[in-house]
Amino acid sequence: MRKTLGMAALAAMLAGGAQAQSTADEIAKYREMIADGNPAELFEMEGESLWKTPRGPKKATLEQCDLGQGPGVVDGAFARMPRYFADTGRVQDLESRLLTCMETLQGIPASAVVDGDWNKGERKTMDALAAYVVTHSRGQKIQLDLANPQTRRMYELGKRAFHYRSGPMDFSCATCHGEDGKRIRLQDLPNLTHKEGAIAAWGSWPAYRVSNSQFWTMQHRLNDCFRQQRTAEPVFASEVTVALSVYMAATAQGGVLQTPGLKR
Amino acid sequence: MKAVSILRPALAALLAATAGLSAAAGEDYDAQVREMMQSSFKENGIASKYRQLQLDFQKTCSALVPPSAEAMRQIEAEQMQTVRWPADGKFFGDWKEGEKIAQSGRGLTWTDKAGESNGGGCYNCHQLAPQELSFGTIGPSLHRYGKLRGSDEGMVKYTWGKLWNAKAYNACSQMPRMGDAHILSEAQIKHVMAYLFDPASPVNQ
Repeated sequence: MRKTLGMAALAAMLAGGAQAQSTADEIAKYREMIADGNPAELFEMEGESLWKTPRGPKKATLEQCDLGQGPGVVDGAFARMPRYFADTGRVQDLESRLLTCMETLQGIPASAVVDGDWNKGERKTMDALAAYVVTHSRGQKIQLDLANPQTRRMYELGKRAFHYRSGPMDFSCATCHGEDGKRIRLQDLPNLTHKEGAIAAWGSWPAYRVSNSQFWTMQHRLNDCFRQQRTAEPVFASEVTVALSVYMAATAQGGVLQTPGLKR
Repeated sequence: MKAVSILRPALAALLAATAGLSAAAGEDYDAQVREMMQSSFKENGIASKYRQLQLDFQKTCSALVPPSAEAMRQIEAEQMQTVRWPADGKFFGDWKEGEKIAQSGRGLTWTDKAGESNGGGCYNCHQLAPQELSFGTIGPSLHRYGKLRGSDEGMVKYTWGKLWNAKAYNACSQMPRMGDAHILSEAQIKHVMAYLFDPASPVNQ
């Protein structure tokens, strides 16, 4: 009930509209109102349940999934991701690591997520699992292992991918996210090339989005950025998505995670 | 003391080797990124994989180090060659149509369909008419564009050229090449021109 009232209040504030100011203030007020009731909690609870439920051809749970802190350790795992995993020989973000666990432990093929549709089937499962894992790093500092040469390499690739201009509109990530204090329409744009903006962004995704009542992972966020950038579509959990995640997380190094976040 | 003098040349050699290595690695990263920007993407609807390839100026303007003044001038001269002036010599359409084009940010994403007419997305980045409060700030305010700048031939042609291909005037401009990249048609650009210059347009109020 309280959430319903909150939504209505936000809708009224946004509609009350014609504000010359950005929507940031209204969103901040809304965040305060539901501080102990982010709708992302529902996804987190579902994710915890999915984590502990035997699923897939192997009828196994994810309780032995190694997110980097040892099998089954969820606390603090997301704060150290993306990271290099020796068993796959790759730097993996949370979603690509969950794909590995689903495949190896449960026998669910990665293609069920990679070739799936947003908010459906195993991709929806992934949303809930991500919500569960990131909640257990909330309040912790972002601490990437930048001494690792593989992670370092992904940082360098991510930085270059961030500035890579192509497509019919000549855009790169930096077109919108390379300067302080810019907006598209009324939407504030974080500067992801500096620490403060990177903390605001990396530190608050995945997030519940009020405008469409959906829970979005960073994979989903990046996908929609590229859509609006007018590129071809990035493959789910592909190298570019992990490289950009390393670039953002490394730039946000030391910042405190507020995950899962709450967005417009 | 002796140890230092022995070490010094060794250190110099090591530093030189490291510098060579990091330069080589830098070039390597660029090649790896070009490969990654292909392999990590797939075609979806109208958004083909060709979009992942870079035009020469896109590549130059993506470098982590900004291009030299000379490189910028060369890009600008090349891009100027792409500007197509109105076939009938008329630069202005209907400002009311121009307003619709300025308001619409639609087009060219993988959720858009081929053959639909695109918006100009002007308000995404620019302030224009004062009553529209939902405007972006990536580009400068264009409020009172025609009123402040006048409408002599030089200003009209500059504006047409800027809309057709902004890179002809600023090599690494953030602004899309509306005409050159077939985002807007010649007729649509005429409407946007009227929206910017017409004394009756809300932009000039």
